[in-house]
Order: sequence, then structure tokens, then C-alpha cells
Amino acid sequence: MSVMGLFFILIACIALWWLARQGVLRSSFAEEGEIADFPGAELLPRPPAAKVGLGVFLAVAGCLFSLLCAAFFMRMDAPDWQAPPIPGILWFNTAVLIASSLALDLARRAADRRETDDVKSWLLVGGGCALLFLLGQLWAWRELAAQGLYASSNPANAFFYLLTGTHALHLVGGLAALARTARAAWSGRGGAELAASVELCAIYWHFLLFVWLLLFAMLAGWADNFGVICRRLLS
Amino acid sequence: MLVALIMVAVVAASLLFHFLSPWRMTPIASNWGYIDNMMGATFWITAAGFVAVILFMAYCLFRFRHQEGRRAAYEPENQKLEGWLAIGTTIAVIALLAPGLFVWGQFINVPEGAMEVEAMGQQWQWSFRFPGADNRLGATDALFIDANNPYGLNPNDPRGQDDILASGGDLHLPIGKPIKMLLRSIDVLHDFYVPEFRAKMDLVPGIVTYFWFTPTKTGEFEILCAAFCGTGHPQMRAKVVIESEDDFKTWLATQQTFAQSRRGEAAHDRRASAR
Amino acid sequence: MTDATLGEKENVLPPPAEVEDVELYHAKSWLTHYVFSQDAKYIAIQYAGTAIGIGLVALVMSWVIRLQLAFPGAIPFIDASRYYQAVTMHGMIMVVYMLTAIFLGGFGNYLIPLMVGARDMVFPYVNMLSYWVYLLATLVLVASFFVPGGPTGAGWTLYPPQAIMSGTPGNDYGIILMLASLILFIVGFTMGGLNYVVTVLQGRTRGMTLMRMPLTVWGIFAAAVMALLAFPGLFVACVMLLLDRTLGTSFFMPSIVEGGEHLKYSGGSPILFQHLFWFFGHPEVYIVALPAFGIVSDLISTHARKNIFGYRMMVWAIVAIGVLSMVVWGHHMYVSGMNPLFGFFFAVTTLAIALPTAIKVYNWVLTLWRADIHFTTPMLFALGFIVTFVNGGITGLYLGNVIVDVPLSATMFVVAHFHMVMGVAPVLVIFGAIYHWYPKITGRMLDETLGKIHFWITFLGAYAIFFPMHYLGLVGVPRRFYELGETAFVPHSAAALNIFITVAALIVGAAQAIFFFNVFWSLRHGKPSGGNPWRATSLEWQTPETPPGHGNWGKELPIVYRWAYAYSVPGAPEDYLPQNAPPLKGEHSP
Repeated sequence: MSVMGLFFILIACIALWWLARQGVLRSSFAEEGEIADFPGAELLPRPPAAKVGLGVFLAVAGCLFSLLCAAFFMRMDAPDWQAPPIPGILWFNTAVLIASSLALDLARRAADRRETDDVKSWLLVGGGCALLFLLGQLWAWRELAAQGLYASSNPANAFFYLLTGTHALHLVGGLAALARTARAAWSGRGGAELAASVELCAIYWHFLLFVWLLLFAMLAGWADNFGVICRRLLS
Repeated sequence: MLVALIMVAVVAASLLFHFLSPWRMTPIASNWGYIDNMMGATFWITAAGFVAVILFMAYCLFRFRHQEGRRAAYEPENQKLEGWLAIGTTIAVIALLAPGLFVWGQFINVPEGAMEVEAMGQQWQWSFRFPGADNRLGATDALFIDANNPYGLNPNDPRGQDDILASGGDLHLPIGKPIKMLLRSIDVLHDFYVPEFRAKMDLVPGIVTYFWFTPTKTGEFEILCAAFCGTGHPQMRAKVVIESEDDFKTWLATQQTFAQSRRGEAAHDRRASAR
Repeated sequence: MTDATLGEKENVLPPPAEVEDVELYHAKSWLTHYVFSQDAKYIAIQYAGTAIGIGLVALVMSWVIRLQLAFPGAIPFIDASRYYQAVTMHGMIMVVYMLTAIFLGGFGNYLIPLMVGARDMVFPYVNMLSYWVYLLATLVLVASFFVPGGPTGAGWTLYPPQAIMSGTPGNDYGIILMLASLILFIVGFTMGGLNYVVTVLQGRTRGMTLMRMPLTVWGIFAAAVMALLAFPGLFVACVMLLLDRTLGTSFFMPSIVEGGEHLKYSGGSPILFQHLFWFFGHPEVYIVALPAFGIVSDLISTHARKNIFGYRMMVWAIVAIGVLSMVVWGHHMYVSGMNPLFGFFFAVTTLAIALPTAIKVYNWVLTLWRADIHFTTPMLFALGFIVTFVNGGITGLYLGNVIVDVPLSATMFVVAHFHMVMGVAPVLVIFGAIYHWYPKITGRMLDETLGKIHFWITFLGAYAIFFPMHYLGLVGVPRRFYELGETAFVPHSAAALNIFITVAALIVGAAQAIFFFNVFWSLRHGKPSGGNPWRATSLEWQTPETPPGHGNWGKELPIVYRWAYAYSVPGAPEDYLPQNAPPLKGEHSP
């Protein structure tokens, strides 16, 4: 629950900061005039709707993952908890996902410079790496299953499958969006629209990479101390 | 006009219903009179708020109803008034909360020397266990449950051998002594609920929960399950009998210990296999 | 209010258009126009229609429940299994599929773009998908009535372990369909919720600052943000419970002995589910309540011809309730066996939330002070809301105060409380809102006489159902009892009270026919309303066409010059100044 606490303090801070900036604290709400209550409106161009939408979605996804982590830490202290061995391929997968994220970032920069050919190639590399990551995750599942570590045999295994599965599903969704972006790039629609689209993909990829690094640390047991701290706080 | 009158009538009818209704809390039979007092105090504070708000509203409805030529005042806010209302409400809330938290503190701190009694729930019946001569209950786990060990006591735990298993489904307790009810379930959620005791707590499979109370009245009371536990939920009943210390001791002496029940079963099994 | 600065500000050039002209989607065929429409107004009607339809199913379920409680065993059809299935489906449908869907999907879709002066939601395609996923979720839910074993009877809280064990009706297919349906609902809702939030953030027209938005938009906006953050809790709980049920994992399932057999689960924590469920479940109450708060503020202000009192406090209260409601979920679990020390924390946060809520109530009532009150049907419903909400709110002070909750939890007192505060009160607002906005949606008025008859039966009847029910709880009658049987501590007169409640419930339920008749009859025969029959200030009443056409605003977006509550401004020619009416020369708000 400390995980949720941290997450909510973050969200609440963002929300309150934003509200304050929008002048919710000012008393002039009942005044007339076109911009009477919107100081500096010209100076604050609104970011594109899709980007804000993505931001809100990341908050939702972040909430989902923090809840799963909170459940993980709460469930961890039951005596029957036996963490499965971490399949070695996860290291490789992590490297691939980092590469994928990097590639999309390069694609974003290329799109900003309007170099559509570079965008195409980096999109390909990024998408390919993401696919490779998914295959690697599948391989990790098979490896665990081959050792008889099924979801039903231990809650730690169940959490392993659940967390990696949820993360992979998010990545699949991201790949669908990436495919749309790629189609736009190949059909020759360059320019600002493509750049915006690539940027959204890159942001989403960085988010998923960040989540994966946290999950990996947690599954590998490096976050056990954190769990202990949480339990201390609770009891 | 009519609307205002009906709103007043709603308030009046609510108050009349409250004071005339025959449906009141059952006479209390435990030490938790504090809870009843808290409930009474909450009633007076909240009822005053309800009556004040609705009657004020009814007055406005009457006084400021639309009439030819009427025009409303323009008053975006009045921070002073809002401030005072907020302060008043805060005081009322604190007046409710502070004693409530104080009593909750008592509720969760079991007094030294309370007698431990275990209630075990399963679909859809209750069973009870008392510590034996050593005054300690033995360890349990649902994994130990079988036909010879319906309570799931750890057969290797010496503390459990003298535990007394109450038969017949009734719970007997001595009057005037703090009782710590230890609660566990072997299947789903249940809740140990005796309306006259005011206190209640869920039985959660996998962990042991507790609450405490001191019976203050002799007699028989009904135990119900207050957490939905399947189709048999309403039938999950038992009786708790509060009696004098002596009567209680006499009753307890007639009950079997865990070790006796095992021996009996074992002997029964031997006879069965010899035949 | 400072006049001095105003004159200067008006000389400032208007800022460049803050809303880009978006290429609007245009319906090409009958199918994309009426069925797979991407116009928020159509989607709103689809959402509301579906929600009301499934709500009627839940209404019938409530009759099943009440008939059994008043006349136990008199109707052989209602056996224990069917009773619990009715209880479960009634609760789940009303809370999630009816109230949440109609407030956010229905009113949110219709009102947000119109009220903030946008042409449509920012992501119309996603908006359309949101409805169809919601419809699918509803159909999956309805399907559970027709599978072997029937729908789940686990109670709307679906607590494991019993939700997936054989002592509970519908434990084979019913529970799986229920969980699948909820997961779908959350996916669909998230799409819609993104739209509501981003439209308020991005779609506001020129001059529509946050502090000029009608409270309806504030309420729906805050509720959508909370829903986006709270529904993942239910999502996680549902997925994990589904895995427990289908794959045999042990997230929530400890070692269990059922009928002498050891089940293969071990070590799971049923309390973990409760935390996740109520982490969603409590904000859910406010997800329903906040839009109702907002709508009621607008109804009262419009029909009392007076500005809402203390607008700023109202906004802050909405924000404060939104934030606090995320940290009060534990008050549903005071006697759940969780760490008892949590009781202190959750009691404090729970009673703290009473403060902003009380401020809202004061401000509604103070708006009536020195007003010019027109007793129209929407106004009556708003007044009915205040009575039932205050009544339900104060019983919340009993249940939120941890020690007082101990004897009352799981009794009929709880049932009476939450029906009053999040059943009757929001439903009255829904009716009020429909009477209020029906002219905008259809161009015709609903019949006022029928509306008033409908109001008085519904309001007084519902009060007569739930007010006495508190007293059954005080006696100690537990909830979710198929039959109480002979129980020493319950007086025989309680049976008479139960019959009274049931009769009232049947009458109130039947009286809704008046409403449906009114809605359908007025479509053809209602008095033509014109564009702004209530002489209201907010933007949705200022559209060039009524009902508003595709794109809402014709050629030019409206420009907003003032807040949404300029009623009876001194010096103004009429008793209302629309938000987009240019400032009068030399006339300013005082």
C-alpha cells in the first residue's frame, strides 16, 4: 500500500500544481470579460490533445501497475511464497527493450528533423526489438513451465506470469499504435503529424521500459527490502 | 407553499417515527455501553443538523417562492459565513470523532487476563474451543483437518492436547469476565455476530482475528453470521449461554478434550479394524 | 469583486483562437449516423438508453428481493439461490452498469462538449468504441442469466473465497461471466474516461477558464479522473480472481476445507481482495455522487434564478472530495479482520470528507436564500435530492465512525444508508436532469403535471422505503438474509414493517411507468421548447439549433465572457446573462 501511497502523492501533486496554475485559487471567477480570468493565456499554448490523452492514459496504466506491485508486496510475506528462479533470458530481454526504446527515441529525433528515411529505419529497429522482447518473454514463460513452475503451483509464479503478461499486453497495444505510425511513415505522410505520432510512441515506450525495469527488479528480488519496509509501515 | 409544507412534514414524520417506533436497539448484554452512548450522541448531533438544514430550506422555499416581480439577490459568495459554517461543522465532526476513536482504542486493546475462546466457522455451522488446563490454545491449520480432527488442531502441538472442544454447537461463557474471542474460518468469510453484545468481527480463512467483550447479563443469546457465506448463510446460527462462573465450570467439565476425542476415535478405529 | 481592473482588461486584444478547427467526422450513411455514430450526443443517448434498460432489469430484481423479505417463502420461484442472485445482480447493475454509465457515459457525453463550447469530444472514434465495449459488457452480464447455474449470487462485492466456491449460486459460469463483463466494462470506461478528461482539458472554447465552467462539468470531470484511477483496482481484483477461478492460482484463496475435502489452494489472502475491491468501491460512490452534485448545483441555480452560492468553495469541495475519497476505502473493512490500527486512520479520513460534503449542502441551501424559486419539475427533483442526500449523509457519520460502525455493519442500517445516499439521491438527480435537458435533446418539453406526479410518488415513496429500514438495522436485522426465521431479538412487528416497505417499493417501481410514458409521449406531443426554455446561462442552451446539430455551434465557436451563474445580475435587462453574451457597455458585475 505504500506503493499506492507514493503513486497517489505524485498524481495529487501534479493535479494540484495544474489546478493552481489554472487560477483556481483566484477570486475573480465572477468577473466579466473575455480573458479576464486567464492571465497569460497566450503564453501557454495547449499541448496537442493526443499527447494529453496519452499522459492521462499513462497515469491509468501507472495506477494499474502500482496496484499490482502493492498486491505483490502484500502477498509476498505469506509463508508459502517461493520466488521462482529468474530465467536468464530476462537479461537479454531487458537489453532488447532498452534498445527498442533507444531506437524509438532516435526515430523521434529524426522525425523532428523531418528525415523520413531515418524515421522509417529506426521505427523498424524499434518495432523489431519490441517483437523480439515479446518472443523472449514467451521463451521465459516456457522455460518456467518446463521446470514445472506453473501459475497454480505457487503464488510467486502466478505473480510472475501476471506481471509479465500485463506488461506484455501493454506492449502489444503499443505495437498496434506503432504499426499505424509506420503505415503513415511509409505512405509518405511526413511532417508535423508524423513527428507527433512518433513522439507519442517514444513516450509510451519509455514508460513501458521504466515499468519493466521496476518489475524486473521486483521479480528478481532486489526490491525485497522495500517490501520489508512496507510491511513495517503496515504493522 | 405546498412544497415547503411537505418538506416540513417530512422532517416531522421522520422525528415522530424515530421517537414512536417500537424498533430499537436490543437491550445490551455486554460492557460496550460506550457504543450505545456514542450512537445516542451521534443521533442528537446529526438529527439537529438534518432538522436545521431541511427546515431552513423549507423556510426559503416558502419565503422566496416565485411571485410576480420578484428578483433574486446577486451574491457570489460570502467567505465569512462559509468560514463560520465550516468551523461549526468541523467542531461537530471532531466531537463525534474524538470519543469514537477513544472507544475504538479500548475495543482493540484486550485487557490482561482475558479468557481466550475460539470460534471456528465453516459452511454453515459454528464450533467452539476452550484452552485446557494450560490456559493456552494449540496451533491449528486447515491442512490438518480430517474426519478424526475436524478442528484442524496440530496433532504434534503439546499445547493443543488439553484443548476442550465444545460439543452440541452451543457456546457457554461465564458472566463478568473479559472474553477474548479468537476467530478463524476453514472455508469462506463469516462474521461472529451477537446483536446484544454490540461487538462483531469477521472470520477470515487463513488468519486468526479477534475481538473482546465482557458479558454482563445471564441468559441465552443468538449467534448469527453477518458476512455473506453462501446459500446457507441465514441458517448459520448457534446459541451463546451466559451463566455464572460455577455453572460454566460444571458445563466445561462435561466436554471432551482434544486428546480424549483422538483416543476415542482411535479406539473406535481399532475396534472397527479388529472386527 | 474588483471593478477597477475590468475596464483595462477588456481593452486587451482577444487571444488567438485556443481551439483549432478540427476536421470533424461526418456520417456517411444511416448506419454511421444513428448506430455507429461518433457524435457525442448520439453516443450519450445510446449510453443512457442502455443504462436505463439494464437498470430496469435491476429494478425487477429489487422487487424479487423485497417480495421475499416481506412474504418469506410465499413465492416458490424465489428460492435462496435466486434470492442471492437477485441481490447480487441488483447491486452490481445499479452501481456499475446503471449509475456510472448514465452519469459519465450519458450526461458526460452529452453535456461536456456543449457546456465547454467544443464541437465534439476530442477522440470521437475512441468515444464510439467506448460505448460498444460497454454494450458488450452489458450483454455478457445479461448472458449470465441464461447459462447453467445462472448469474453469480456472491453479493455485489464478490468476496472470495465464497464467490468461487460451490456454496454460492452461479459459481461455475455466472462468476466467470461477471468478472469478464466487469473487465470489459473497465476497458470501455477507460476509453470514455480519457475522452471526458481530455475534452475538459483541451476542448474548452475561448474564455472558458476552469473557474467559469458550470459545476456539472466540474463534477463530471472530477468523477472521470477518479474513475480512471479507481477502476484499475477493480480490474486487478477481477483479473486475479478470474485466474484463481480458472487456473487455480492462489492470489486470494487460502487453504480451504470444503465438505471435508481439501481444495488445492493455499496461502492466499481474502483481505487483499477486499483492499483492491474497496480501493475501487469507495471512490465509486463519489464517481456517482460528484456528477450528481454538479448537476444539482446547476438545477438549483437555474430554477431559483440565483447564482450558485460560493462557487469557489463548491469547486474546492469537489476537488477535496475527489482527493480524500481515494484514501477512505478502509471504512468498508472495519470489521474485516484487517489490522485494527487502520481503523483510526480511515475513521479520520472518512469523517474529514464530511466537511467538504457539508459545505456543498450549505451552499445549495444558501443559494435558495433571497432567490426567486420556480417550482419546476427539475427543481423539485433537486430539492428531493437535498433531503435524501442529507438524510443519507448523516447516517454516514454513524458508519464512518469506526466504533459506531461495529454494531451497525452488515445490518439493514447499512442497506438503508447507501440506498438513501447513492441510490435514491443520485436517481432523483438523474430524473431532474432528464426533465431539465430533455428540451435541449428533443426540442420539446416534458409534461410538467405528469412530472410533478412522478416526482412526489418517487420522492415520498423512496423516503418511505429507506427511512424506516434504518430501524430494522438498529434492531439488529442483518443484511443478505434470505429469511430471518424466528429470531428472539427481532420483534414480530418487524414483519409488518417489512411488508410496508415492500408495498412502498412496488408502488415506487410501478410509478416509473409515468416517467416512461411522459418521455415517449412528449417526443411527439410535448410543447415545443425553443432553444432556451429555462432561460439558463450555460453554453448548451445557446446553440444555434435545438436539438444541436452535428458540430454543435454552426460556423463559429462561442466566446465566453463570464461564469455560468450570472442570474439576476443587477442592472442586466433580464434575470440571466448567457455566458457568451458580450459584456454590456458600462455594465459590470458588482
